[in-house]
Amino acid sequence: MTNHAFSSDISPASQTLDPHELGGHAARSATGHGEGGPASKFVTVAYGFWIFLLSDIIMFSALFAAYAVLAKATAGGPTGKDLFEPARVAVQTGLLLTSSFTGGLATLAAYRRSMAATQLWLFVTGLLGAAFLFLEMQEFAVMIGLQAGPSRSAFLSAFFALVGCHGAHVSLGLLWLGTMMAQLWVKGFRADILRRLHCFGLFWHALDIIWVAIFTLVYLLGASS
Amino acid sequence: MTMLGKLDWSAIPFNQPIPLGAALGVFLAAAAMLGWMTVKGYWPYLWREWITSVDHKRIGVMYIVLAMLMLLRGFIDAIMMRTQQVLAIHGPGYLPPEHYDQIFSAHGTIMIFFAAMPFMIGLMNFVVPLQLGIRDVAFPTLNSVSFWLTASGALLVNISLVIGEFARTGWLPYAPLSETTYSPGVGVDYYLWAIQISGVGTLLTGVNLVTTILKMRAPGMGYLRMPMFCWTSLASNLLIVAAFPILTATLAMLTLDRYLGFHFFTNEAGGNQMMFVNLIWAWGHPEVYILVLPAFGIYSEVFSTFSSKPLFGYRSMVAATMFICIVSFMVWLHHFFTMGAGADVNAAFGIATSVIAVGTGVKIYNWLFTMYGGRVRFDTPMLWALAFVTTFTVGGMTGVLLAVPPADFVLHNSLFLVAHFHNVIISGVLFGAFAGFTYWFPKAFGFRLHEGWGKAAFWVTLAGYILVFVPLYIVGLLGMTRRLQHIDMDLWAPWLRVAAFGVLVMIAGAALQITQLLVSIRRRDKLRDETGDPWDGRSLEWSTSSPPPVFNYARLPHVEGEEPYWRIKQRASEEHSPDRGEAYEPIEMPRNSPTGFVTAFFSTLIGFALIWHIWWLAVVGFIGAYATFVIFAWRDHGDYEIPANEVARIDHDHMAARSTLLRSRERPA
Repeated sequence: MTNHAFSSDISPASQTLDPHELGGHAARSATGHGEGGPASKFVTVAYGFWIFLLSDIIMFSALFAAYAVLAKATAGGPTGKDLFEPARVAVQTGLLLTSSFTGGLATLAAYRRSMAATQLWLFVTGLLGAAFLFLEMQEFAVMIGLQAGPSRSAFLSAFFALVGCHGAHVSLGLLWLGTMMAQLWVKGFRADILRRLHCFGLFWHALDIIWVAIFTLVYLLGASS
Repeated sequence: MTMLGKLDWSAIPFNQPIPLGAALGVFLAAAAMLGWMTVKGYWPYLWREWITSVDHKRIGVMYIVLAMLMLLRGFIDAIMMRTQQVLAIHGPGYLPPEHYDQIFSAHGTIMIFFAAMPFMIGLMNFVVPLQLGIRDVAFPTLNSVSFWLTASGALLVNISLVIGEFARTGWLPYAPLSETTYSPGVGVDYYLWAIQISGVGTLLTGVNLVTTILKMRAPGMGYLRMPMFCWTSLASNLLIVAAFPILTATLAMLTLDRYLGFHFFTNEAGGNQMMFVNLIWAWGHPEVYILVLPAFGIYSEVFSTFSSKPLFGYRSMVAATMFICIVSFMVWLHHFFTMGAGADVNAAFGIATSVIAVGTGVKIYNWLFTMYGGRVRFDTPMLWALAFVTTFTVGGMTGVLLAVPPADFVLHNSLFLVAHFHNVIISGVLFGAFAGFTYWFPKAFGFRLHEGWGKAAFWVTLAGYILVFVPLYIVGLLGMTRRLQHIDMDLWAPWLRVAAFGVLVMIAGAALQITQLLVSIRRRDKLRDETGDPWDGRSLEWSTSSPPPVFNYARLPHVEGEEPYWRIKQRASEEHSPDRGEAYEPIEMPRNSPTGFVTAFFSTLIGFALIWHIWWLAVVGFIGAYATFVIFAWRDHGDYEIPANEVARIDHDHMAARSTLLRSRERPA
């Protein structure tokens, strides 16, 4: 239904990606730095979503700080070394990083306007994300079975909150992904759908960054000390 | 397990006449209001023009209406506290401790989160897009969601008046007092969910306004051409984006402690209470500047406009604003010097706290020099600004005093501290809100507020404010701690009586201000402003009509320097024509959407269900919220077009009025 170009270069796309035309006639090639008026809808949406992601990362940083403070507060209970299973976490990491890669392939397919490929790669992304979540829940279940649930010690409270918050983000991401796929199917490669797809990509990659920090600061440091 | 969780008839305070009476009063007033609107048939109008509106101007006005209602609610709490302390000298007073504790907690919570925040956010919402010369904020529907989430939080706090209880922990629920061991009731849960829900709204506002200011300015509006209010709004919203997630995380940790038996802040299993205090103030101190920076922007606009001069030291003002924005994250520990972090840490934070006053000092001198040599007009907004610059300086000085750790060890937790932060927050934020309200009211509604009543309200409020808080400084120095339910020291009694008298004067001030509003509405035809520029303004918002059309500007203004409207006026008086003579183009504007209202409905449901452990209702709420999200995402037409001839017609009347204005005014050389 649409033929316009979609690319990371904002200037050609911006003409069609500004349905509100809040910028009016002057906004065509504006960057928003003041010389040419308001930026295009695509730039505005992506920029706003970046700001939101930064705020989300700050929220995680508060949880990381709490974990750092409480990491030694095991209250006589099990430590990270006792509980963490590096093998499972390595698989989890592999799954999540691969899902980011397939998410990237979905974006490329969307550039080519290939509905089948886009849907396929989005589906694979979701599948990998779900497998990651399954392993995380399994880990949680095993720990709770060992009487090492979040109520056991402040260390475990901080662990479950931090890792669980990331897991909750992945879950919400999957819900978003499913909704996104349905929308793409029904509405096609419309400008607003493409903007949302772009934001979803940003979100999914940001979860990777958070996970890399969790993998390093929680699992690697925890299993070694 | 019952259907209604912990909720039963014992939640209604039948045995406590004061809250029950208050609740009944509020309920009857609300019912009467709703009934009146139904009889008059106002609902379709309200739904179409306000509740579903995504227009930043309408949302701004709704924020301010909410803020004013909550300001009165918080003020009633303040009146109860002041009268209790007078009546409870060697006696029990009329408020039992468990009720008194709820009142001071509700007072702080309501004043910060539901009066000061919405007032400032409302003014930013209304003014920033107009000053930037654009048609709306970056995400208009999200803006509506933000407002309604804030209203949802405010509603939950007020429901706690009738159903259950509110927190007894103070406005920041310090652990372990706020843990289930010591606060088993629903009070803290009301606090947590109300603040969490409204906090999400505030965060989304921050994202929205940062994006708006950084990405959506009129052609030619470079950073150093933005009006000062836009700069301080930018700083304030950057702080929201950076600080509110910390609040979200902290309250989520406390929630996990209370609901799922986690041990973040508990006494047992390794919990760390001081971590709560650190985290909450890592948000809490930037919050102070989130509130006061927009007010600084308002004062900058007011001093410049009413001195008929450009703002003195514009660039140093920008630098001072961004300096405060950054340093505000480096002073949080001064809220708890007595934690025992050690002399070195305390000294570092004490020095940082003194340093941040330098930025504010720069601003104070800039305002004074703006007035110097100007033709100063003493309209009501200027009076509020003058009262601010004098009394705020006193509050700032007591703040620097408290920044010295040894002095803080003596004065912390005393009424000296209470007097200090009221001193800065009332003159800083509240006077700023009143100044901004009076200043931009004609822009929003097309008529001015009555000057006589406004001036009377100003003088009486100022007198009351001094009468309340000077005595509190003194009793603080005499050793009186904060939050006392009864008083056994005769030494403090006379000062508490003066403070109570001061509250009476402040009540008169509030009454005068309400009268001002009512009188102004009644006489709006006499107070009408046809020009759109009642104060001889300097920034772009005064170049459009009052109230502005839905699209703000028929043609986006081209900005060629600081104070763009002042230049337009000067040029027009030279060339005798305000019209650029360009053709009009059709304008697309975002459609109204009930998304914000419906989201808030479900979030209120979720909050209430979680407070009372009604799990199935919470699930229903979540499903409803998700469905709302999907329905909104599914819509095909997010905007509508206003045809060019309609734009031309709307703009024509305004241009005619402006031409008359420009001819009648003589520009200074």
